[in-house]
Amino acid sequence: MSTELTGQQSLPLAKAINAGLRQAMLDDEKVLLLGEDIGPLGGVFRVTEGLHAEFGGNRVLDTPLAESGIIGSAIGLAMRGYRPVCEIQFDGFIYPGFDQITSQLAKLTNRHQGSQAFPVVIRVPYGGHIGAVEHHQESPEAYFAHTAGLRVLSPSTPHDGYWMIQEAIRSNDPVMFFEPKSRYWPKGVVDFDANRTPTHASRVVRTGTDVTVVGHGAMVSVLLQAAEIAEQEGTSIEVVDLRSLSPVDYAPLVASVSKTGRLVVAQEAPQHVSLGSEIAATIAERCYYSLEAPVLRVSGFDTPFPPAKVESIYLPDADRVLEAVDRALAY
Amino acid sequence: MTTPIVQDRDRARESLRTMWRIRRFEEAVEDLYGRGLMHGTMHLSIGQEAVPTAACQALNRDDYITSTHRGHGHCIAKGADLERMMAELLAKETGYCRGRGGSMHIADTETGNLGANGIVAGGVPIAAGAALSAKLRGTGQVALAFHGDGAMGEGAWHEGVVLAAMWQLPVVFLCENNLYGMSMSSERAFNLPQLSDRAKGYGIPGVTVDGNDLQAVYDVTAEAVERARNGGGPTFIEAKTYRWRGHSKSDKNLYRTREEIDEWRLKDPIVRFELETVEAGTLSEADLEAVRDEVRTELRGAVQRANAAPDARPDDLLASVYAEVGA
Repeated sequence: MSTELTGQQSLPLAKAINAGLRQAMLDDEKVLLLGEDIGPLGGVFRVTEGLHAEFGGNRVLDTPLAESGIIGSAIGLAMRGYRPVCEIQFDGFIYPGFDQITSQLAKLTNRHQGSQAFPVVIRVPYGGHIGAVEHHQESPEAYFAHTAGLRVLSPSTPHDGYWMIQEAIRSNDPVMFFEPKSRYWPKGVVDFDANRTPTHASRVVRTGTDVTVVGHGAMVSVLLQAAEIAEQEGTSIEVVDLRSLSPVDYAPLVASVSKTGRLVVAQEAPQHVSLGSEIAATIAERCYYSLEAPVLRVSGFDTPFPPAKVESIYLPDADRVLEAVDRALAY
Repeated sequence: MTTPIVQDRDRARESLRTMWRIRRFEEAVEDLYGRGLMHGTMHLSIGQEAVPTAACQALNRDDYITSTHRGHGHCIAKGADLERMMAELLAKETGYCRGRGGSMHIADTETGNLGANGIVAGGVPIAAGAALSAKLRGTGQVALAFHGDGAMGEGAWHEGVVLAAMWQLPVVFLCENNLYGMSMSSERAFNLPQLSDRAKGYGIPGVTVDGNDLQAVYDVTAEAVERARNGGGPTFIEAKTYRWRGHSKSDKNLYRTREEIDEWRLKDPIVRFELETVEAGTLSEADLEAVRDEVRTELRGAVQRANAAPDARPDDLLASVYAEVGA
């Protein structure tokens, strides 16, 4: 395998992140990976496949099932010059490590008043659509977006996966990196020659004039699908991909809503005190004189993640998004 | 066999000086709180001074420690500057964390102190990580995680020790068993004759030692550090000691008797070591007095200068939440 990837290639997200991790490890020998079953097995979702063989056991470390231990060790490594990237096997497994993230990692930059960097990346495959029920399909992003000191990112495409993981590793701040696991397999074009994009930049991924819809991760493909259907019905939808969930880059969203006058926020997470609620409140404040309708939210329900058989009811789909779009247009 | 500390004039003086610096620092802190000149809360380790004093003597300057909410002694024994510590507690710009951390959150990476912690087992996996970094870099450095008996109920303790044992990391887990996790006696909390019995379950050596015996703590720590440095993996040490003061400011001592506290005050590790040095003919009464005077003067100066320093400013409270601007 050549060391440098060039040109364009059609890859699934899992392979694109794998390529990004590999590139980061080639660029900086202080980058190392820690996690459960990430070594010879390559991780449950095979995102680290081949990296143990290429970089060895001192760069790709298999750990016991000890999320608090993994993240705590990563903090100690970061304090001594490493750039550890932790893999948390499933979204629901992040909670045993919650204390080390929120009580320690998030607060340490401030504690050290900038004299010490904490470049820890925590990769979390998250979200639904794979029929794996609670503890394995959750959307816990808001807990971390609520915590000052953490950056929270979520790529929606293979191209972003490749570039954003490298930017996350390069950051001197702790980064929670939420990978939409249902998007691990569909392919998309990755441009290996592209200019680096700042991670703190939300992006208009489809232009439109009537209603703005915003989301992140797997929700972006649902929003694009909804926009396709709406177009056939004569409604023009603009789709914004948040990419950075904390801090949020509001400028493109504000510009979009100032143009369309309507906003629907979509997310897999339960609605109460969610990221979508925060965005709705902020846009209501910033775009008050442009809004033609209240900002509407489409979310998972305020329940634990449901059994596989009914997850399609729980997870917002194009129909639920379009129903909200229709309500927004009816004002 | 190296000369016992009690027979070594320089090391005996240095040990006493460190213990007195810890004691006087904490007495000053107690006084400043009492007079309303210091705010928040604080946890005093008065009565426990021998443990960090002896343990840090077994470490090199570039070895690492993680500390706890009751961490003044760890900072001082690892070499922290009293004035900067006092400034931190007084919320001054000249403090170790520019007054943003306070008593429970002093970090001094220059002396290898990776930080105190408000979560009792919070530092345990962090020490394992620092030890992992030393192992990967092949530096021969050792990490020592100070923690209390209360920490041994928390999951982070377990996970940190599991990782250290699996990777045979150069780390020492040093439990200062002061017999109470706030009000819960460790005897009641842990169904073990001694806490070091737990080490066997993790596949690492464990030892219990009299924490008020400076030499004994030094000996077991030096052995553990040596083992760690030579690739022999982690060790667990239980040092039994006692905190004379309450858990924190609000503690009314309802869970223990006046008699028990008095009994332990008679086992004062500083007085004990002073007597030992005089009996050994290593230091004279005049020497002891000189150490006390020296520390008293040093501390008075530290408090005065820290008090005179500028207060931590609220105007850039948001400036250091992230390392990178661009939000």
